[in-house]
Amino acid sequence: MTNSIEEVEYNDAIFVIGSNTTENHPVIGTFMKRALRRGAKLIVADPRRIELADYADVFLQIKPGTNIALLNGMMHVIIEEELYDKEYVAKNTENFEDLKLVVKDYTPEVAAEICGVDKEDIIKAARIYAKAERAGIYYAMGITQHTTGTHAVMSISNLSLLCGNIGKEAAGVNPLRGQNNVQGACDMGGLPTDYPGYQKVFKPEVQEKFERAWNAKLSNKVGLTIPEIMNEAEEGKIKFIYIMGENPMVSDPDINHVRKALTNLDFLVVQDIFLTETAELADVVLPAASFAEKEGTFTNTERRVQRVRKAIEPVGNSKPDWKILMELMDRLGHDRVYTHPSEIMDEIRTVTPSYAGISYERLEGEGIQWPCPDVNHPGTKYLHKEKVARGKGLLMAVDHRDSAELPDKDYPFIFTTGRILYHYHTRTMTGRVEGLNKLAPTSFVEINESTANKLNISNGEKVRLVSRRGSVETYAKVTDIVDEDVLFMPFHYAESAANYLTNTKIDKTAKIPELKVAAVRIEKLGR
Amino acid sequence: MANVTITIDSKKVTVPSGTFIIEAAKEVGIEIPALCYDPNLEVVGACRLCLVEVEGSRKLQTACSTKVWDGMVVHTRSERVVKARKEILQLLLDNHPNDCLTCQKAGECLLQKYAYEYDVKFREHDGDRRPALVDTSSPYILKDDSKCILCGKCVRTCAQVADRQVLTFANRGFNTRIVADIDLSLEESSCVSCNRCVTVCPVGALLDKRLMGKGRPWEFEIKEVKCKVCEYGCDFEVLSRNGKNVAVRAKAPSNGRPLCLKGRLTTEFIYLDEPYTPYKKENGEFKETTWKEALGLDNIIEKLLDKEEISTGVEYNG
Amino acid sequence: MANIIINGKGYQVEDGITILEACNRLGIDIPTLCHDERLEPYAACRLCVVEIKGKGKLETSCSTKVRDGMEIETHSERVIRARKEILDLLFSNHPNDCLTCEKSGECKLQDYCYEYGIVEGTYIGEKKNYPLDESNPFYTFDPNKCILCGKCVRVCSELQGTNAIGLKDRGFDTKVSTPFDMGLATSKCVSCGNCVAVCPVGALMPKKRERYRAWEVRRVKTTCSYCGVGCQMYLLVKGDKVVGVEPAKSRPNNGLLCVKGRFGYNFINHPDRLKTPLIKRNGKFEEATWEEAYDLIVSKINEIKGKYGPDAFAGLTSARCTNEENYLFQKMFRALIGTNNVDHCARL
Repeated sequence: MTNSIEEVEYNDAIFVIGSNTTENHPVIGTFMKRALRRGAKLIVADPRRIELADYADVFLQIKPGTNIALLNGMMHVIIEEELYDKEYVAKNTENFEDLKLVVKDYTPEVAAEICGVDKEDIIKAARIYAKAERAGIYYAMGITQHTTGTHAVMSISNLSLLCGNIGKEAAGVNPLRGQNNVQGACDMGGLPTDYPGYQKVFKPEVQEKFERAWNAKLSNKVGLTIPEIMNEAEEGKIKFIYIMGENPMVSDPDINHVRKALTNLDFLVVQDIFLTETAELADVVLPAASFAEKEGTFTNTERRVQRVRKAIEPVGNSKPDWKILMELMDRLGHDRVYTHPSEIMDEIRTVTPSYAGISYERLEGEGIQWPCPDVNHPGTKYLHKEKVARGKGLLMAVDHRDSAELPDKDYPFIFTTGRILYHYHTRTMTGRVEGLNKLAPTSFVEINESTANKLNISNGEKVRLVSRRGSVETYAKVTDIVDEDVLFMPFHYAESAANYLTNTKIDKTAKIPELKVAAVRIEKLGR
Repeated sequence: MANVTITIDSKKVTVPSGTFIIEAAKEVGIEIPALCYDPNLEVVGACRLCLVEVEGSRKLQTACSTKVWDGMVVHTRSERVVKARKEILQLLLDNHPNDCLTCQKAGECLLQKYAYEYDVKFREHDGDRRPALVDTSSPYILKDDSKCILCGKCVRTCAQVADRQVLTFANRGFNTRIVADIDLSLEESSCVSCNRCVTVCPVGALLDKRLMGKGRPWEFEIKEVKCKVCEYGCDFEVLSRNGKNVAVRAKAPSNGRPLCLKGRLTTEFIYLDEPYTPYKKENGEFKETTWKEALGLDNIIEKLLDKEEISTGVEYNG
Repeated sequence: MANIIINGKGYQVEDGITILEACNRLGIDIPTLCHDERLEPYAACRLCVVEIKGKGKLETSCSTKVRDGMEIETHSERVIRARKEILDLLFSNHPNDCLTCEKSGECKLQDYCYEYGIVEGTYIGEKKNYPLDESNPFYTFDPNKCILCGKCVRVCSELQGTNAIGLKDRGFDTKVSTPFDMGLATSKCVSCGNCVAVCPVGALMPKKRERYRAWEVRRVKTTCSYCGVGCQMYLLVKGDKVVGVEPAKSRPNNGLLCVKGRFGYNFINHPDRLKTPLIKRNGKFEEATWEEAYDLIVSKINEIKGKYGPDAFAGLTSARCTNEENYLFQKMFRALIGTNNVDHCARL
């Protein structure tokens, strides 16, 4: 997030696109609702009639995979009606003419046609967003999990820059991160291209810096992303995989492919708190301590580094992940020993500029939001305050492109996936909480009433979904949440995992799979 | 002594023969509830809460007074045992005031603890209750007969110090009471306010009066200190609330630590932010006194002043 | 700034704040059951009444703003008499079961009764007698213990924005209720438990799996391990078990949680937890020591590295683990194995 969670309450307009905030980031959802109580306007764009749609001034029930068309359509209106922040655009952005040219084609009529919404609603949304003094955009995987994900993010950035909503309080571009420490994992260099602090592995000066800091010879070759790792494993090029605290056998697209990849290895190590579907395939399983059993830090979606504190001893013979890694690294010739995670943070600070001012001592209060370049720096509430980080905001004109797989005669429905309030990711944790299972016991597929009627499928009936990659059985949930040509399924449930159906096609830049759009057919099975 | 092996709730444990079941159970982490049992006191088997089932015995046995024998098989939480305990607790509650709302003992009360554990609640009944005799005569100890469960711990601990032996049982049956001397008030009696009885009382029948109103047990931060008055070095607790030391209380006497009033007052004086008035008993009457006198420092302080070892405003060399 | 006198002492306080806020900042304790600084003043419980010179009536300090020259008594005889009367009335219509009540030890009504010496309710008469609502899997609502402070209703509407509960009927029959009194399970309730967190008495209580008294648990402040919001919360610990969770009033969540953070903690002490390293031999997992597991991993790393080079390795680090662990993981792959093939599920 460019801005902070507490600022959400003070937005004048909130634009939620591709995020079911009240279910997936429930506490941020409460901030949004409080903003509405204060009189803020709300625009919601989503293929599903999510809870927030009920409170929206405009709800755009777009077809999955049409985010860019919608955003371009809105920008078309904003430029056409001269509602954009001319001063900000002139002073703080580049490439405005290109953007103008591209969005010119996206008249409300064109955009409405692609998105499957009313053109008046696009105009209305554009006006609300552009006229608000402080407007924030909030998005999640509904934007990114497409083959056009990177472009959609650029599009959001365009819209925000166009209206001067960057670098000020209670506005901004705000991706809502799905997992507790996905921000921190990225910050810490859990990416094939980046050392901690997004320092690129292929830059010689960076390589040199880390070689000195770590006293080791380092590779400057960009590494592989997960989808690439899985492909190369299936091809036999990757021989050894070490998986810490992840469960790709449920979370990753095309599970049949993941299974082939992981069973084709010479050696698989899985480190987790439960014997997950992935751990079942491992050669060695290492028992890790849960978050309640260790010290450390997580970085949340607003870049706030916060403490994790040990409440109980690790259960059984399990150990905190840092200890396991340290002991293993010791055997691989690592030259350092840490007696407490705070000492690891002390090392992180020395190599990560945005964390340079962060120590456990300073985190005792309410955490610190990076960038925090030195020990006297209070942390950063919102980014790009004086000017955009790169100097000027680059407007990147992009066109709408169709999703990789569109419905056809054999697979006539658009299949999209997501999360629900009562479960989390692959359910290794929430699946073991009785009350949550009572509230959300089984997997289901949302199907529109009239579609269900046509196919003679009734609520609660068992159905089979089939895509080009696999099939699953689940229960029909007849509803008006989705449109007639869309089927939605939460991906949490391993026993009928949505990811047997999803497409492995990825975005070329971010390498994110298109989990939000696949083509499927649905078959009635009877009760 | 020879060792014997017994089975308690399907856990095997080997202990010296002659050990009581309750102690053997502790070895394997099984806590048997008891109100009258205290390892430092003579065993009496009065409260019956520690009843357990011993295979081969028809009747339930009190774990505090039954010695183990080789091969013994004990069940401490069988249905029968739990039923018996619930009945005992219900009878105790029937004759106990329902005032946990404000009772100073709440949070540390064993009757409350076991009632919660065994899910027994107060009930309405028309039967007799213990008369609400409250002895407020002492500034140090509040004795509330209505809360007494007659476990007799106070009598036994008082009797352990030869020159005290103040508390005894009086009357019989429903009218049984704990009295001081020949049913005198604490003030009139020979009680020396050592508070041994207070430290062992499992309920709110004997309370440290200087703690009353100072806070609830769960609000206190507790620091343990040793008394510095004599070589026994009895254990005390300094209780603080919201960062202020508000009270001192005696810990249970053990290992020949007798506890005494002077030691407690000295500890109060040392640790409390605002020590409250000390009292002294003279001819069967409590009277306010000075700290100098209460701590027996009269002559000492004068002499120290005399020798200029203490004074105000005098500069020291070196 | 306003110059005011509280209990005979002069203070300078910010204009426009309430008397209660002023007293809180000055460290003067005023009892209240219905106040929450995150909510609009409600003045329902009236326990926070104070005496203001020149006013005939006692005023509720939570809803009265300071004025320059105001003279306030927070603990005068009249004020204390009024508070005692209120507590007496409340407790007279409240079950007397602190003996086993789960709230005992953290109950505001209990705290104030102790502080103001209310030993029992002296008003004899009809008491509330409603059935419990146990339909929610995570908490129980006992209307008989409810003191109608309205905090739950206001948190649900003002902060949580769910509006699942409201106040129904008037006078003695007033009750916190779901629409048509159908129970929480059929309401809009999303089981966030934010109402439970603010209930000052034992009316809204979490369903416990482990029994414990309030004074038996330790509270450890930590960060929620579910979504990326990073809510701050306390783990309630008894012995070696996490037995509950309570929200912390600090950034970013300011005392709110969702159903997963608040009630989804049972996985921690779940019997399925992995407790020892496992090595697969002939297709079956066998328990192993850490030494055996480490030795096997290291020998495989050396063997494969020798045969295929460092780029035959790949590591999936974790959005679930701490920063420190992620740092070590990528360092292990880069510095000790020699490959940049490190990624995690940021995209999922």
